[in-house]
Amino acid sequence: MESNHAIDIDRTVRGFMVVFVTLLALTAVSVGVSYLHLKEHEAVAVALVIATFKASLVAMYFMRLLSETKVIFLVLGVTVLFFLVLLFVPLLTNLDRIRV
Amino acid sequence: MDALIPYITEPREDTGVTNSKICIWLFLASEVMLFGAFFATYIVLRMGSTSWPRGWEIQNVPLGALNTVVLITSSVTMVMAWASLERRDLAKFQRFIGTTVVLGGVFLVIKYFEYSAKFHHHLGPSTSTYLAIYFTMTGLHALHIIFGMGTNGYFWVTGRSYWQAGDQLLLVNRVENAGLFWHFVDIVWIFLFPILYLM
Repeated sequence: MESNHAIDIDRTVRGFMVVFVTLLALTAVSVGVSYLHLKEHEAVAVALVIATFKASLVAMYFMRLLSETKVIFLVLGVTVLFFLVLLFVPLLTNLDRIRV
Repeated sequence: MDALIPYITEPREDTGVTNSKICIWLFLASEVMLFGAFFATYIVLRMGSTSWPRGWEIQNVPLGALNTVVLITSSVTMVMAWASLERRDLAKFQRFIGTTVVLGGVFLVIKYFEYSAKFHHHLGPSTSTYLAIYFTMTGLHALHIIFGMGTNGYFWVTGRSYWQAGDQLLLVNRVENAGLFWHFVDIVWIFLFPILYLM
C-alpha cells in the first residue's frame, strides 16, 4: 500500500514537470505571437485561447481537479455559470457597436 | 481540535472531501466573481472606447513575461511542497514552500520596477482608462500575492511544529488548501498578462 502510494506520488510529480514545461512553452508562444503585431481581433483570439489552455492545465493538474469529487465540480459548475453571465451580459450594452 | 471543527483531516462520508476543502473552493468561487467583475469592466471599457492602446505599446513585455515564468515556477514549487509532505519529507517541504514564498517576493519586486517606471514617466491610474484598469487589476492581484505569501510563510515557519506535534495529516491538508489559493492567483495572472500586455 505504502509503495503504491509512493509510486502514485512519483507519477504525479512527473506529470507536474510535463505541465511546467508545457506552460513555459505556451508562455513563449503567446509572447512570440505578440511580436507579430497581429490585427486586434486576431491577437485577442490567439492570446485568450492560449491563456485558457494554460489555465486549464493549472486547474487540472496543479489544483488536481482531475481527481476531485462531484461536490467540487458542482461548486465549480455554478461558479462558471455565474462567471459567464457576469462576463457576457455587459457585452449586450455594446451590441449596437458591433459591426458584422 | 477535530471535535470542534469536524472533518478537517478525514473526508465526510456524504461529500467525499474534507470540510476545509469545500470551504476553500467556495472561497475561490467568490474570488472568481470578484475578478470576474473586473474582467467584465475591462471588456466593457475596451469595447466602449473609441481608442485603446495595444498592451505592448505601453508595457514592458519581457518583464511581464518574466513575471509569468516566476509565478508558474512558484506554482510548481507549491505542488512540490505538497508532494514532499505526501512523501513525509519535511526538509524538502520546507525548501519548496520557502522557494514559493521567495518567488512571490520576486514577482512583487519585478512589479515594483514596472510600477516605478510608469510613475517615472508620469503614467498613473488617472492618465487613461487603460492605465486605470491596469493599476486596479494588477494592484488587486498583488494584494492576493501578499496574502498568499503570508499563508505560505506561516506554513514555512510552523511546519516543523505541526510535524513534531504529530499533526502531519493536518499539515498536508492545510498546505493543499493554501496551494489551491496560490494556483488560483497564478491562473488570474495567466489571464491578466495577455489582456494587459499582449493584446
